[in-house]
Amino acid sequence: MAERPEDLNLPNAVITRIIKEALPDGVNVSKEARRAISQAASVFVLYATSCANNFALKAKRKTLNAGDVLAAMEEMEFERFLEPLREALEVYKKGQKGKKEVSEQKRKDREKKPDSENEKSREEEEEEEEERMEEEPEAENDAEDEEVEN
Amino acid sequence: MKMSQNTPDKDDQTSTNKKTISLPMSRVRLIMKSSPDVSSINQDALFLTTKATELFVQHLALASFNGSGKETNTLSYSDLAQTAEEKETFHFLTDILPKKILARDYLQSLDQRQDDDADF
Repeated sequence: MAERPEDLNLPNAVITRIIKEALPDGVNVSKEARRAISQAASVFVLYATSCANNFALKAKRKTLNAGDVLAAMEEMEFERFLEPLREALEVYKKGQKGKKEVSEQKRKDREKKPDSENEKSREEEEEEEEERMEEEPEAENDAEDEEVEN
Repeated sequence: MKMSQNTPDKDDQTSTNKKTISLPMSRVRLIMKSSPDVSSINQDALFLTTKATELFVQHLALASFNGSGKETNTLSYSDLAQTAEEKETFHFLTDILPKKILARDYLQSLDQRQDDDADF
């Protein structure tokens, strides 16, 4: 592994929000603790990936699948995650299916009326917008945190 | 999405979809791909890893906070280092969560040592 964990960090603002949601109200998390949890999360991803990859290799597959990740969780003794993970995957798959149906419907609509072409591209723009928005609060939140600490 | 405004159940779907994960999957994929022996990852595996990472963050934070047994309302680095050392499932973190002395703790211990010395 050539990369240091610092090179592959998860967004601090999101990590901070997840920590705050997990802890009782009014609990402070020191900046160093937040950084450490964030790094721990990156290491967790690498560890889980490596475990999951071993399962894929054993089955002579090149692509990691959901079963590999779940098996990795068991091996890492995070069995407690299995149930919530299965539930979340269920919801996620339904969402994906819903999205597909929506775009399917759009395609049909487009065939009927020509000006729905605009709608499609507008939707794509919105999606991009969402992604950008996810990144941006990071800086804001960090600044906020800074103030709280000082 | 225009469609979702017209149909309430579609709207529902997007909101649940947003709620399921908050970490960006693109970043998680980048970290996964940094592992040299991983060739490809399917979408479900990526989603599960992202979700698992969130659960892990919650679990680590809560276990460290509950394990600290202090009356202070702060989760600090030392709580995390202690969890990594004591809890079996978090042992893989000991490399990146070494027990260490913070400057302020060090200064405090210096103060204490001076107090102790004064007793002699």
